[in-house]
Amino acid sequence: MAETLDTFPRLLMHHAKVRPDRPAMREKALGIWQTWTWREIAEEVRLVACGLAAEGLTRGQHLALVGENRPRLYFAMAAAQSLGAIPVPLYQDAVAQEMVYVLRDAEVTHAITEDQEQVDKLLEILPECPKLAHIYYDDPRGLRSYAQPQLASYERLLERGRDYGAEHPGFFEAEVAKGAAEDTAAMHYTSGTTAHPKGVVLTYRNLIECGRNAAQMEGLTDREDVLAYLPLAWIGQNIFSYTQWLVAGFCVNCPESPETVMTDLREIAPTYYFAPPRVLEALLTQVTIRMEDAARIKRWMYGYFMGVARRVGGRILDGKPVGVADRLLYWLGDLLVYGPLRNVLGMSRVRVAYTAGEAIGPDLFTFYRSIGINMKQLYGSTETSVFVCIQPNGQIKPDTVGPPAPGVEVKVTDVGEILIRSPGLFREYYKNPQATAEAKTPDGWFRTGDAGYFDQDGHLKILDRAKDVGKLVDGTLFAPKYLENKLKFFPYVKEAVAFGDGRAMVCCMINIDFEAVGNWAERRNLAYSGYADLASRPEVYGLVRDCVEKVNADLAADPKLANSQIHRFLILHKELDADDEELTRTRKVRRGFIGDKFGVLVEALYSGRKEQFIETKVRFEDGRTGSISATLRIEDAKTFAPAAAKRAA
Amino acid sequence: MRADATAQQGAGGGTAPATGAARAVGAPILVVEGVSLAFGGVKALQGVSFDVREHEIRAIIGPNGAGKSSMLNVINGVYHPQEGTITFKGRSRHDMVVHEAAAQGIGRTFQNIALFRGMTVLDNIMTGRNLKIRSTFLEQALWIGRAKREELEHRRKVEEIIDFLEIQHIRKTPVGRLPYGLQKRVELARALAMEPELLLLDEPMAGMNLEEKQDMCRFVLDVNEQFGTTIVLIEHDMGVVMDISDRVVVLDYGRKIADGTPDEVRANQAVIDAYLGVAH
Repeated sequence: MAETLDTFPRLLMHHAKVRPDRPAMREKALGIWQTWTWREIAEEVRLVACGLAAEGLTRGQHLALVGENRPRLYFAMAAAQSLGAIPVPLYQDAVAQEMVYVLRDAEVTHAITEDQEQVDKLLEILPECPKLAHIYYDDPRGLRSYAQPQLASYERLLERGRDYGAEHPGFFEAEVAKGAAEDTAAMHYTSGTTAHPKGVVLTYRNLIECGRNAAQMEGLTDREDVLAYLPLAWIGQNIFSYTQWLVAGFCVNCPESPETVMTDLREIAPTYYFAPPRVLEALLTQVTIRMEDAARIKRWMYGYFMGVARRVGGRILDGKPVGVADRLLYWLGDLLVYGPLRNVLGMSRVRVAYTAGEAIGPDLFTFYRSIGINMKQLYGSTETSVFVCIQPNGQIKPDTVGPPAPGVEVKVTDVGEILIRSPGLFREYYKNPQATAEAKTPDGWFRTGDAGYFDQDGHLKILDRAKDVGKLVDGTLFAPKYLENKLKFFPYVKEAVAFGDGRAMVCCMINIDFEAVGNWAERRNLAYSGYADLASRPEVYGLVRDCVEKVNADLAADPKLANSQIHRFLILHKELDADDEELTRTRKVRRGFIGDKFGVLVEALYSGRKEQFIETKVRFEDGRTGSISATLRIEDAKTFAPAAAKRAA
Repeated sequence: MRADATAQQGAGGGTAPATGAARAVGAPILVVEGVSLAFGGVKALQGVSFDVREHEIRAIIGPNGAGKSSMLNVINGVYHPQEGTITFKGRSRHDMVVHEAAAQGIGRTFQNIALFRGMTVLDNIMTGRNLKIRSTFLEQALWIGRAKREELEHRRKVEEIIDFLEIQHIRKTPVGRLPYGLQKRVELARALAMEPELLLLDEPMAGMNLEEKQDMCRFVLDVNEQFGTTIVLIEHDMGVVMDISDRVVVLDYGRKIADGTPDEVRANQAVIDAYLGVAH
């Protein structure tokens, strides 16, 4: 290849030359899928770039993108990059005040927005962001009477671009030629849960090499279809719908509206798909509910063939040996159940599907694999241009994220922290050398802050955030979130809080899921008066003990974690609540706070008592406070010897 | 009695309503003069007169049984008043006939939703295009000539409305399966599908929660701004009425007791006594 395809604008021009009439992007508008070819996109990007240049956007400046997945936002992204400006996508559902920090930090001068909602937000914070001088909008609805001088429509930008391009022939091509692989391609802000968000500076080399390596590994071609439905500001969306779009030259489809994603998914039937566990879970719940309403014969068919799928589906997908009778049954099931189900889920053409972002329950994960969807786990972060570990085809385990992706080096420090070196590693945090120095070692390793280890097959297992991982007195690794997640994968367990750092054994407080356990109790004609009553029932304790013991059996199979089995547990009499500061607003348990608040319970767990009285203050939703008291039972759970575990698990 | 009502209207209707930049309130498009309607001994309306100007949002308010819905039914010809005249787009007549009213550009929604429950949202809205269809029954049955061309054209218009009211996600859902707030929105969509010049909304926000009300308010304002549609609406929620209307007519026991901008009506003693409540 004569030209070097090392920047996004050059890749775009390349596709416009090599596959000018192939569909590059689609969007459903007025109920009909509209298509842009590569040639059309290249032309539009040229106009937008000229328009932005005419409006004063220059090399090194930042262009904010605010909105859902709309083709024009993608065009603007490419246009900014053509000029050497840097796109900064913002979370479209953030409130105005949350955008102030990013707009000021990146000194954003130009912004492209989707619609009136986003324009309103930017106008609201305009006084706080004096540098923001130009705001463009895609959808003019409701904006006709706005008179702010900063505002202009996207059409107007195109017009300006047309004039500017005519006056400056060759301008666009010259600007594209100035770009270099080491230039900043995009800046994504990390969600700042503890401090201010940090701008992660990623170069063309970072994104393109990472995207290309993964595309090669998965054999992505220009015939793939992708549905772009996750927020633009999220790095994964950039990789799957922009970087790899330009690397592989496939077609990206934008849904009609966020509410129609399910329908659009079915219509497009993507071949390459990404979904975080919560989306997969919502889909499965929908399927389950609809099956419960189905006719008896259908329910029976579903139940029977899902059993077959659970038994052999995963093995067939992995290409492992399966008996002829089972193969025949699975084939029949595919005809009657799995095929139609994949079709309803919009996954009948999926060749590669990823899930990542948080731990996924093994049942959920194996459900998708068992019906023949090649669902795989992925590990990565904004700082590493997503791809760190990918599960290779045929080597899928529900509780690991696979071996390092091509070109990526991973090592685990003595304290268990995961370090990464890869071509995708970010250059720096924007205007924050201190944070950069903390995150990157001098010899180029990135500290993920995650704790984990490699299993026997060289697959990485993620446990928890490194700062939360502790040790039992005998030196065993104690990863509270890992244990808690394992418990929470059971539908009956809503929250769990594990203790054990610096202690001799692991103990656990558990919140039952009121709805699930309530349902379970009703089916057994078990009367109860409320949450606290239900939680204290011996039958419920029995139910939860089963869950805990299953987790223990699982842990026993893993030599590194066998000693962190849960010895004692209790079921809390109240639901952990953000109003009582026991959970964060994003529903993460505040382990330290709970340990202090329920100190007597922790002590009772470790002192071997059978029950403990406790009185706690609660805050009601209307702001009043009251107190509830209860005597909680504490039970022992069976633990397994590491050797005996293989049989039990 | 009629003189009295007219005098009041003159007093109240004289002030120019607040107008948005995108639309200019024009000359009266609808004038109701001295309309009286009785069902046997029940006098639903007694000599009511008021006008509705082009592009404005006009509210009719009043306590239960004040005659608000009767007034809308008189305007689009469901009821025929015993007395009075109705002038729509310069044509005066004693009473309206329903299909004529529709053909001349009066669309409406109903207090109790009147949709085809078993049909999809899309099909329901398509029925709103019924009056615009020119092709014959035969052409439609055979799907030839005008029928095909027309349907594509109507479908496009309907899709624009679906997009406008943000109901793409329920396009193919049977109306009976939708929650109440969305059914109301579908009804508005059907009324808009006939591209009315005058849109009558009978309690568009009744029974909605706060968020649904806010959405509906936004849609009413957007319809008014985007299509320039003149809107007459009946509403119980005073906050809504005062926020979005240009002028308000107040009815009580079939008589008009006030007419003017929201501020004037709010300050009117008769209205305070009759409607907003007063310490007795």
